[in-house]
Amino acid sequence: MCLAVPAEVKSIDGNVAKVDFGGVTREVNISLVTAKIGDFVIVHAGYAIEVLDREEAEKTLQLFRELLAQDDAEA
Amino acid sequence: MFRLRDRETSRKIMSELEGMRLDITLMHVCGTHQDTLIRFGLEGEFRRVGIDIRQGPGCPVCVTPPQEIEMTMALAKAGVTIAAFGDLMKVPGEAQSLTDIRAEGGDVRIVFGVDDAVSMAKRLDGEMVFVGIGFETTAPTTASALLSNPPDNFSVLSCHRTVPPALRAISSMGEIKLHGMIQPGHVSTIIGTAPYEFLSAEHGIPQVIAGFEPLDLMMGVYMLARQHAEGRAELQNEYSRVVRTEGNQAALLAMKKAFVPADAQWRGFPTIPNSGLMIAGDLEAFDARKKFSDIVSPILDREYREPEGCRCGEMLRGVITSEDCPLFGSRCTPQSPVGPCMVSREGSCNISHRYQRAKRRP
Ligand code: SF4
Repeated sequence: MCLAVPAEVKSIDGNVAKVDFGGVTREVNISLVTAKIGDFVIVHAGYAIEVLDREEAEKTLQLFRELLAQDDAEA
Repeated sequence: MFRLRDRETSRKIMSELEGMRLDITLMHVCGTHQDTLIRFGLEGEFRRVGIDIRQGPGCPVCVTPPQEIEMTMALAKAGVTIAAFGDLMKVPGEAQSLTDIRAEGGDVRIVFGVDDAVSMAKRLDGEMVFVGIGFETTAPTTASALLSNPPDNFSVLSCHRTVPPALRAISSMGEIKLHGMIQPGHVSTIIGTAPYEFLSAEHGIPQVIAGFEPLDLMMGVYMLARQHAEGRAELQNEYSRVVRTEGNQAALLAMKKAFVPADAQWRGFPTIPNSGLMIAGDLEAFDARKKFSDIVSPILDREYREPEGCRCGEMLRGVITSEDCPLFGSRCTPQSPVGPCMVSREGSCNISHRYQRAKRRP
């Protein structure tokens, strides 16, 4: 029912988009989100339910990096 | 891309946790979190550092009460075409499952989403009922289909449930002492952060909304452990790359138009107030409970026994884990399941069984 992996929007035709899950292409309904080609979307039961925010993704990675840096500082 | 699986970071988080000398119990309510926990061996790692993580009522098929399972079978037996998620097929009812009914000639079809069911209904002469199961991640998809002029022969048996009322039930029942909750990333994507606030404010429970990569979960647990250690109880969002504070407004609006909240039964729980989503009055032409009330109403009034010996109810309340059930892996396996938690790919028994098997293979 649920896929946690983001899929990349490849083409859009009305409410339907072709998305790529790392090699597997599927059609999903995008009526619940505002998505454009190149966006990464989260898909559930055939619907995109959100668009991934790259800036926030970068912030999360930064959080992890800081945790690691802490380690280096302690070492 | 976005696969957060870096070894160095996970080792660092684990050693931080180890240094905190914890003895805490956390709960999450999501099949995908459980999958990540078991698949990457995190459950055992966390236990080693004093963190016990339970899956609560986070498997939609598992929490669906026997009445609703019986309704789908009664409809199929009456000649209605049923469209259901694959996870529902083998759930044992009192006497039979949907798989049995299909073997007897019932028209039961597996779909990946509601749109598949609508397309099938358009090509069908008879009546089709889509079994709408799931939390706030699937409920908006059902809502969206209901609001897009589906064909007259299409209706929905709404078994949708919402997560926050169940969290309220768990914390008020006081059966299990929780030191923190890992909130479901994708339910939160839809509902945003506000519906969880009461748990920290009223029950003093630390909370983190977490994503599904191993590092998301580890970071989520680390954030909870820090809150616990510092005596804080607040809601943090680790999964901000997807979860916005305000949620997905389009999805929330669709749900609001298509459904009304109603008290609902959950397997293993007393009736939970306002935790179900019934189809709104102006869409009642598509409400299978109304359209086929002669078939489904008598079922609502009946009591159904839980499968004998099955402890899914306790598991859904987080009181036990799969391994505590004496039937796990012996009388109860995915091939021959006794309870729904062994059927659904989001069920804790199914997940544990699948990865144990995988580990044993050379
Ligand atoms: S192992 Fe089987 S019988 Fe035991 S709780 Fe899980 S589903 Fe029920």
